[in-house]
Parts: sequence; structure tokens; C-alpha cells
Amino acid sequence: MADPVVELKGVSKSFNGTQAVRDVSFAIERGEFFSMLGPSGCGKTTTLRLIAGFETPDADGGQVRLMGAVVNDQRPYERRLAMVFQNYALFPHLTVERNVAFGLEQRKTPKNEIGDRVRNALTLVRLDPGTFARRNPSQLSGGQRQRVALARALVLEPTILLLDEPLGAIDLQLRKEMQLELKSLNKQLGTTFIYVTHDQEEALTMSDRIAVMSNGRVAQLGTPAEIYENPRTGFVAKFIGESNFLDGRVLGPSGGLWDVQWGDTTFRVPSANGVQPGRTIRIAVRPEWLDLVRPGHVPPGENALCGSVRDVIYLGETMHVVVSLPGGTDMTVALRNEGQLINPLPWRRGDEAVVAWKPEDCQILEDE
Amino acid sequence: MRRRLLAWLARRREAEAWALLGPGTLWMIVFFIVPVVVMCAYSFMPRGTYGGVDPGFTLEAYARFLHPVYLVILERTFVIAVLTTAFCVLAGYPVAYAITRSGKWRTLLLFLVVLPFWTSFLVRTFAMIFLMRDTGLVNSWLMGLGIIKQPIEMLYTPFAVFAGLVYGYLPFLILPVYASLEKIDPSLLEAAEVLGAKPAARFWRVTLPLSGPGLVAGSLLVFIPALGSFLTSDLLGGAKGLLVGNLIQNQFSTARNWPFGSAASLILMTLVLVAALLYLRVGRERE
Repeated sequence: MADPVVELKGVSKSFNGTQAVRDVSFAIERGEFFSMLGPSGCGKTTTLRLIAGFETPDADGGQVRLMGAVVNDQRPYERRLAMVFQNYALFPHLTVERNVAFGLEQRKTPKNEIGDRVRNALTLVRLDPGTFARRNPSQLSGGQRQRVALARALVLEPTILLLDEPLGAIDLQLRKEMQLELKSLNKQLGTTFIYVTHDQEEALTMSDRIAVMSNGRVAQLGTPAEIYENPRTGFVAKFIGESNFLDGRVLGPSGGLWDVQWGDTTFRVPSANGVQPGRTIRIAVRPEWLDLVRPGHVPPGENALCGSVRDVIYLGETMHVVVSLPGGTDMTVALRNEGQLINPLPWRRGDEAVVAWKPEDCQILEDE
Repeated sequence: MRRRLLAWLARRREAEAWALLGPGTLWMIVFFIVPVVVMCAYSFMPRGTYGGVDPGFTLEAYARFLHPVYLVILERTFVIAVLTTAFCVLAGYPVAYAITRSGKWRTLLLFLVVLPFWTSFLVRTFAMIFLMRDTGLVNSWLMGLGIIKQPIEMLYTPFAVFAGLVYGYLPFLILPVYASLEKIDPSLLEAAEVLGAKPAARFWRVTLPLSGPGLVAGSLLVFIPALGSFLTSDLLGGAKGLLVGNLIQNQFSTARNWPFGSAASLILMTLVLVAALLYLRVGRERE
């Protein structure tokens, strides 16, 4: 990356001896939509607050750089970022207009410019200035408050916009709409968006790149496709989408692939780091990459594990068939729902079934 | 049957409401509304020779209050009440602010603010006499340290009354201000900071306006009792420091002029009401 706008180099942060962020490093490119994704307590919000300047890295806790300059000791008001808060944090004693103007006033924008810029910002987030400018935040719906908070940040024309779970309190329909709007604002304005969320679907929908965080570390950083299709660890595979996990012992090479012992049977995996004879490895396979066939109907070259159907779950778009394998392992197979009323799935509880998948669809996980 | 049940339930709810409002309302009617009405009536009646009133109607009591002697007392009372309130705001606001940011010390500090209430106001005011008289603690220490040669005259001056009132009413300002400061969402200050507000700007543009309701409530809680106070000025103020409160008290005790005392009370009450309403209105407009 030639000229990152934000760069973290080995950043650590502890609170009372507990490490919230451990040795986090990444660089964010200008204009990128960058998400930090993880469960609560994973360090994503602390990382965002380190970028904003509300937190300072530990004494030997690395560097936070903005536009190439180390800003460890700069206060938030010196960093010239913009931020949208989880609970919006609108000033209750100021009208919408005065809320949006606040940052411009603090940054000594000429008075005659402020009115126009406030109106433009409100229009940008699709709030009619004529209707909303004079209202108080208490007179707005959740979605409207969200838009005001966004306008208050964007009016500053920031290079970097930080967003801390901004859609957490909005209902599903509006949330999906706002996701697409945020994404298009990011592209339209060229502003770098740094987005914190615990919602994997949200992160996949909007991001150019995602940093999946766990226990204060970056577990994996990559494009949504890389994260979803090639999760590096069990945590990532489990947190983003669903996965089936199998632990087995590598036996040896076989025709460009590797045989892995699993219970009384074997399956094959592609070569990867850590795949060496004698080693125990853990693999993950996405439910939608699995197929379910009758015994004796396994396509040639595919891995196959025999079991019996334990459950058929209706999910609307897809059907999940849970298959019990010998040894107590369950595998979930996702099948397309082709209409259960006209074309029902041919699987019933108790049916003998074989789970089949292509060896190259195995994701070999690293130790965590 | 069902309709009768519903009617009974509706009546029951009404009865419940009355049961809840009843005791407090009754108390206020008997001990506040009735005395005010009686006082209002007395203020328009001729004075009785040995206290009390004679039947009849006269405006004499009100006319008398307009005499410069009494207007000076009224003015002095207002000045001292305004000064007391202003000083309580200046001294109390920082204390309340510090308590909200004191972390684990918060409970202890709040306890200390309330601690003086554990002793009677009278005892505490007497204690101030021992502090401020010529041979009191303050003067003897200052002289002992060689800072002054002659004792500073403090007791029986307006300063003593002012000091006594500030001491007595300061907690009434600190507590409401603390309550409203404590309610301010910290993320508002963070939002202001990201938007470019330095510490001073954050205080003037966010913290102060949002603590406005507490400040208004607190200053009224100081100003109104300060206007009507008589104990502090009686004990610490001496003859020159007479306030409206003392005037009223005298009329009902030694002077035995009940109509004049009643008129003075009503005038003070009206002025307090007008002042409070004006103050609240200005406060609301500024929001």
C-alpha cells in the first residue's frame, strides 16, 4: 500500500492490567471501506477509539499513524477525523441544524459558509432541511437521528470517518437500506470509512476489507470473499457464516492431494501449510459446499462420509439437513429450497445419507 | 353484571388516586393554603392593641411598608440573597463537577456534602459565632500566626450574614447541579471532542447548557430561603443587619403588629414568586 491514511503498527492497549488490544497492525488505504468485525469484547471498539484518540496506546504499545504522521499523543480534537457514535450522541439541547453546524463552528469555518454546508450535508443524507433543520433530536425517529449524526460528521468533509456500530439500534429493514446508502456514500465521496460491527452479514455487505478480531488480536484480514471462502482459523470460520469442522490425522500424499484419517474412514484434502504426514489437522467446510447423496451415488473423486439424517430445518431460502456421522459428529448440509409444497426435499429423519464434497473445498485451519 | 363491575373498577381507580393524593393535599391545605388566606385577610385589617386584629378594612399596613426604612430592609435582603446565590453558584458548581469526576470517592464526597444536615441549623449557626467573634478561632489563629495585630471585626456585620447563608445553603446548590451533571451522557462530550471542541469549548457548549436545569433548580433552592431567612441574620447580623425575615418575625412577636407582619410576608412572597418566574423564563429562553 503506497500511501495509507491510517496505519497501526503493533498497537497494544491495556486497562488495569487486562489487554484489550494486543499487537494489532494494519494499514487502511484512502477511500477504503474497512470493517472491524468481532464479538463483544474482541477489542474492535477499543481499536477504533485508539484511532479516534480517545485512548492512547500503552507506553511500549506501538504507533498509530494518520496520513503518515504518528499521532499517539494527539487529542481527538487535533486529529481532524469524524465519527458516528453507537447511540448517535446528538446534542439534545441543540436543533438538528445546530448539531450539524457544531463541528464547523469549532473548526472556525467562516459564518457565511456554515448555512449552505449544513443544508448540503442534510440533503446528502436525505433529510429535507426545510422539514428537519429546526427540530430537536427528541422529535426524530431512530433512523432520522442516525442520518443527523451522519450529516454532522460528513459536513466536515473528513478524510476519515469512524463509525461505531451505527446501525445497531435500527430495525432490520431500515438497516439494510442504510447499509447500501453508507456503501454508496463511501464510493461517492471518496471518504475512508472505518466501521465497527458485530454483524457479519453487515460487514460482508459493505466492506472492501474486513479485519476479524478476537481476543484483542486481528484473527484475519482480507476481502469479504477471502474471509468467507478461506477462513484461516476455526474462530473466523465459526464467526462468519456457518461451518462444519472435522479433525483428522494426515496419512500421506495421494495423487496431488493428501489422505486424512477420520475415524474408520478417510477423506482427502489439498496441500496447504501444516499438512504433513502424521500431523493432526482441523478442516472446515461450508454447508452450501456439501452435497447429500444416497449410498452408492457418490460422484467420483469426492470425499464421502456416511451417516443418517437427524433433522431437516426449513430456513426459507435454504434447507439445512443435519446428518449424524458415526462417532457423534454432526454435519450440516445446506440445500437450495426449490419449494417444499411442490417439490419437497427427498430426505426424512432417519434416512441413510452420504455427505459428499470436493476435496478442494476443504479449508485447512491454522491453530489459534 | 359486567357493566356494574367495570363501573366499580373505574370508581376504585378514582378512589385509589384520591387515597394517594389525599394525605399530602390535606396537609398542604391545612398548613399552607389556610394560613396564607388568613394572613391575606389579616393584612387588610386594623391592628389589635395586644396583638391580633380588629374587625374592619384598611390599607394601612401596605402603605406603611412603602416607608424608606422598610424599603432599605427589603433592598438589603435582596442584595444579600442575590450575593449568596451567586457565590453558591461560583463555589458550588465546581464542587458538583469535581464530584461527578471523582470515581470511587464519589459516595464519600456526596456524604460529606450532606453531613452538615445531621446537626441542627441553629447549632451550626451558633458555631459560626464562635468562629467569627473577636476572640474566636479565626481571629486568634490569625493573630497567633502574626498575620494581624488587631482582631478583624466579622461578627455582626453583613459579611457574617452572607457567610452564614452561604454555609447553610451551599448543599442545596451542589446536590441538584450534581444530579444534572451526572446525567450527561459521556459520549456527548466525546462527540464534541471529535468535532474539534477543546476542553473549554466542551464545557461552555455542552456541559454547562446540559446542567442548566440543575443550576436553575439549585439557585432557586438557595435564593428563595435566603430571601426569607431570619435566623442567620438574627444571630450573626446584629441590629444593622435586619432582613425582611427578621422584620416579619418582630411584627408577630415583640411589635405585635400582625397586619403589618402579614402584609410584609405577602409582599415578600409575591416578590419571590415574580423573581422565580422571571428567572425560569429567562432560563427557558436561553435554551
